[in-house]
Amino acid sequence: MRLENFLIMRQELLLTLVALIVLIADLAIKDDKKRIVIPISIVLFFLVTVAGFIPASEGILFGGMYKSTALTILMKNILNVGVLIVFIQSVTWLKRDDLQNKISEYFILIVSTLIGMNFMISSGDFLMFYLGLETATIPIAALAAYEKFKAKSAEAGIKLILSSALSSGILLYGLSMIYGTTGSIYFADVAASFGNTPLHVLAFIFFFAGMAFKISLVPFHLWTADVYEGAPINVTSYLSVISKGAAVFIFTIILYTVFSQIAYLWRELLVIISLLTMTVGNLFAIRQQNLKRFLAFSSIAQAGFILLGILDGSVLGMTSTVYFVMIYIFSNLGAFGVVAAVSNMTNKENMDDYNGFYRTNPKLSLVMMLSLFSLAGIPPVAGFFGKFFLFTAAAHQGYYMLVLVAVLNATISLYYYLLLIKAMFINTSDNPIARINSDFSTKLGLIICVVGIFVIGFASPLYELIRSLSFGF
Amino acid sequence: MIDFGYTIWIPLIPILMFLFIGLTGHKYKPVISGYLGTLGLLTSAALSYYTAYQYFFNVGKVAGVYEKIIGFNVTWLRFTDTLHIDLGTLLDPISVMMLVVITTISLMVHIYSLGYMKGEKGFARFYAVLSLFSFSMLGLVLATNIFQMYIFWELVGVSSYLLISFYYEKPSAVAAGKKAFIVTRFADLGFLIGILMLSFITGTFDFKTLTDPNGAAIMQGGSAAFLGLSVMTWALLLIFIGGAGKSAMFPLHIWLPDAMEGPTPVSALIHAATMVVAGVYLVARLFTIFALSAPVALEIVGYVGGITSLFAAVIACTQNDIKRVLAFSTMSQIGYMMLALGVSGYGGEEGLGYMASMFHLFTHAMFKALLFLGAGAIIHAVHSNNMTDMGGLRKYLPWTNITFLIACLTIAGVPPLSGFWSKDEILVAAFEHNKFLFAIEFLVAGLTAFYMFRLYFNVFWGKDRHYHHAPHEAPPVMLFPLVFLAIASIFSGFIPFTSLVTSDGEAFHVGTEWIVAIPSVLIGLIGIAIAWIFYKKETAIPDKLASSFKLLYKGSLNKFYIDEIYLFVTKKIIFALISKPIAWFDRHVIDGFMNSIAFVTNFASEKIKGMQSGQLQQYAYVFVSGVVILAFVFIYLLKF
Repeated sequence: MRLENFLIMRQELLLTLVALIVLIADLAIKDDKKRIVIPISIVLFFLVTVAGFIPASEGILFGGMYKSTALTILMKNILNVGVLIVFIQSVTWLKRDDLQNKISEYFILIVSTLIGMNFMISSGDFLMFYLGLETATIPIAALAAYEKFKAKSAEAGIKLILSSALSSGILLYGLSMIYGTTGSIYFADVAASFGNTPLHVLAFIFFFAGMAFKISLVPFHLWTADVYEGAPINVTSYLSVISKGAAVFIFTIILYTVFSQIAYLWRELLVIISLLTMTVGNLFAIRQQNLKRFLAFSSIAQAGFILLGILDGSVLGMTSTVYFVMIYIFSNLGAFGVVAAVSNMTNKENMDDYNGFYRTNPKLSLVMMLSLFSLAGIPPVAGFFGKFFLFTAAAHQGYYMLVLVAVLNATISLYYYLLLIKAMFINTSDNPIARINSDFSTKLGLIICVVGIFVIGFASPLYELIRSLSFGF
Repeated sequence: MIDFGYTIWIPLIPILMFLFIGLTGHKYKPVISGYLGTLGLLTSAALSYYTAYQYFFNVGKVAGVYEKIIGFNVTWLRFTDTLHIDLGTLLDPISVMMLVVITTISLMVHIYSLGYMKGEKGFARFYAVLSLFSFSMLGLVLATNIFQMYIFWELVGVSSYLLISFYYEKPSAVAAGKKAFIVTRFADLGFLIGILMLSFITGTFDFKTLTDPNGAAIMQGGSAAFLGLSVMTWALLLIFIGGAGKSAMFPLHIWLPDAMEGPTPVSALIHAATMVVAGVYLVARLFTIFALSAPVALEIVGYVGGITSLFAAVIACTQNDIKRVLAFSTMSQIGYMMLALGVSGYGGEEGLGYMASMFHLFTHAMFKALLFLGAGAIIHAVHSNNMTDMGGLRKYLPWTNITFLIACLTIAGVPPLSGFWSKDEILVAAFEHNKFLFAIEFLVAGLTAFYMFRLYFNVFWGKDRHYHHAPHEAPPVMLFPLVFLAIASIFSGFIPFTSLVTSDGEAFHVGTEWIVAIPSVLIGLIGIAIAWIFYKKETAIPDKLASSFKLLYKGSLNKFYIDEIYLFVTKKIIFALISKPIAWFDRHVIDGFMNSIAFVTNFASEKIKGMQSGQLQQYAYVFVSGVVILAFVFIYLLKF
């Protein structure tokens, strides 16, 4: 392979390099000094993130299996920034004594899944797509069971790997039908000969089920709450934003390129699934006491909103989707960051525990409030603009009733977000969570999120950039 | 071509100062926040002067016409390719002129307040909000599109509210702040609806596209009619309601006299020179559309201006609170500006009224700020707003006396002071287009001279009052702005506005119309003479006149009972007949409906929680069923 070709897939190669360096470093470092892996990994990953922003040429590799465009580079950069925040937020947790010998595992596994996601986003055929998908899924199961000495964590790992095996099976079944009927697995060829025969529709629905599993759309979402609750909280935040974001990205690209012929079909499908997902996600979120489950269901509801953007099919649709995912990363990581900071210090994860939280931890409460406002879509924070453009996209296709239901659902979601805000600011407690002295990394992670929540909504150049790279059909 | 991108810093510096002082102001001595705010505004002012110099004398003119230049622009929210909300800076003659006015007056007020507000509680807060106001006002005049203008328009409203109710421990200040906010906000509703209509008709928010005299925008909306007026006329009238609210035009003026509860420098900045002329600026900004596609709307603007200026001048003759006299005088003068726009045409000498309006806006800003700051110095000396507590002050306050006298002569239109030139142009424009409005303005010119000199003689001449301690002249930091503005009031009349600020950007020539100028000077002098006879020494004539014209006098003293009418309409009619039934409907019907929605949501949530059992085999079952059902629905039922 020539040097230019390396440059085209530099993000994947650099990530691989990071994984290898961390692996070797782990072997070389003595047992009692393992913690040094944390700064090494974060600094290396930071460099990769920065390198991702260096302009690079577009290109096609492996005879069309791998395709790098300005859009995919942007998507990868968005994911990189998200992962960087996750890493920074994990520092406190990783310093725990019982995890001392497993620190490098955490970084290697996450970086591996990220490599998988990058290949998945850049895939030019279904084989590369599937390989990327599996690379992105299997290590996550290991991550979910990271604290394997805890029964819940182990259970989460098992549940995730079994469910994902089922979904991969169905997805692969769908892909084989596509190959069988069109004679090709390349996106361009499939798009050219894809029709609306019942077999094609069936194949598409199988494919859709596999993707819906990754994005946790109803009714393929049932694993979500259990896994989110059982997994260590930083893994949960990774799972809920990065993993979901990557799946949304490639799902949008494939819908817009491969399946644009049957857009009339998947629009209807997405409308139904979107309604189901928003409503069911919200209805479950209302009764959750455990904050991880609470955020799990809220993220399911958010996924329902994302479909509103995807189903538009024009430049506006893709722009609003990518833009929303970006905002969602910052908002959700802000909320998870606070829950993680509290949980790591006090092991408290229930909503009642947060009564009187503002009295003892005003700054954390404010971060939480801003993140929840952004998730609920309240101006002037970024979440408002994200939802605004998603609704615009759906209205653009004339789905006014869907937008109306979405607005109602946004109101329901506001209710349960406000429940937590009420607990923090208004409810009093005899035994509130004590003052938490966050260390530098926790603060840094939260500050990045807050800045993102404020800035992205007003940073129109970002929106314009995404818009200039997006495409429709 | 010079890059005007730096103009974004003109509003940006004050907002940064606001954030900095607002967040850290309590950590250091208050006076430092005063210096910081002043320094920030000094930078903005320097940038504005530089911009004005560059624009007017170097690059603004292309082939004899002043162009509209976009200095800085970002697209903020994009709805369609033509309809998007931008944030940026637009430079054209009126916006550059307003930059100079705002930064000059604001800088003077910043300096003045260093002395006036010294030792006040909330000194840092005062300077923070002053910076916020300057930011909002600068953003308003620089707006590239009507939506940006609306955003800053509301910000101006908020900061004005904060400044009027600055003494928030005083109930009357709080009430005045609320009143100003509610009345202008009510007017802004019209503005917003107008914006939506205008953008619906023309498909754009952008000023450059909207006001292009050869563009498509001004041709739109002429055909469809509603109640005898075209849709465009309605849109512009609604927008004008917003402008009338901010500019205190009759009958939306009731907030302005009460707004004098704020600190006096604030009155000078907001309620004399900058915010209250926002309405005039708005009409001038959209003047091309007003003149070319909705002349009826423009005519209404003219009549509203004329009525307001007469109405306010009559009231000003009987008020005893010096700040209220100045407030009504401001209303009257802004009425002049509106009227000038109303009698103006588009292009060349036809656009004389437009030029005169902007000219008067400029000179008025200088002399009215001077009057307010002078009033501040007087109040500072005698600790009262009331004219009956004052008299013979010329001995104690020599500097204030001279500068105040200059301002009074200027507003009375005595040549060669600036007020004479600008007012004369307005009278000429009115004389040529509408004799009725001219007659009103001619009368108002006399009334203006009378009430200003009534004020002047009462305060500075007449008998000494029994002061608790001898009134003392203001400190130098307060005198400097007075002297500076006095010089500006004298000389700003010589600025060649006819070649700088015109309706179509082209210069035109106009000579002095002696047939209008001489009578207008004469009636000004007569007004002064009457005031001289009545008030130089205390005489019984005013009381006699008051009792012989009892009805008119009482009406004027009580501001023609407009406030009472408003109270009657809101309390007796709107609250009792509309609000109460709606409140009942809301409480019983709407709330009941909402509660049942909440109940259903909760109920459904309770019922479906069994789905999430934790059993993996059940999850797989649901998953596969989902696939099968979807396949069945899409292949067999919907038959795609």
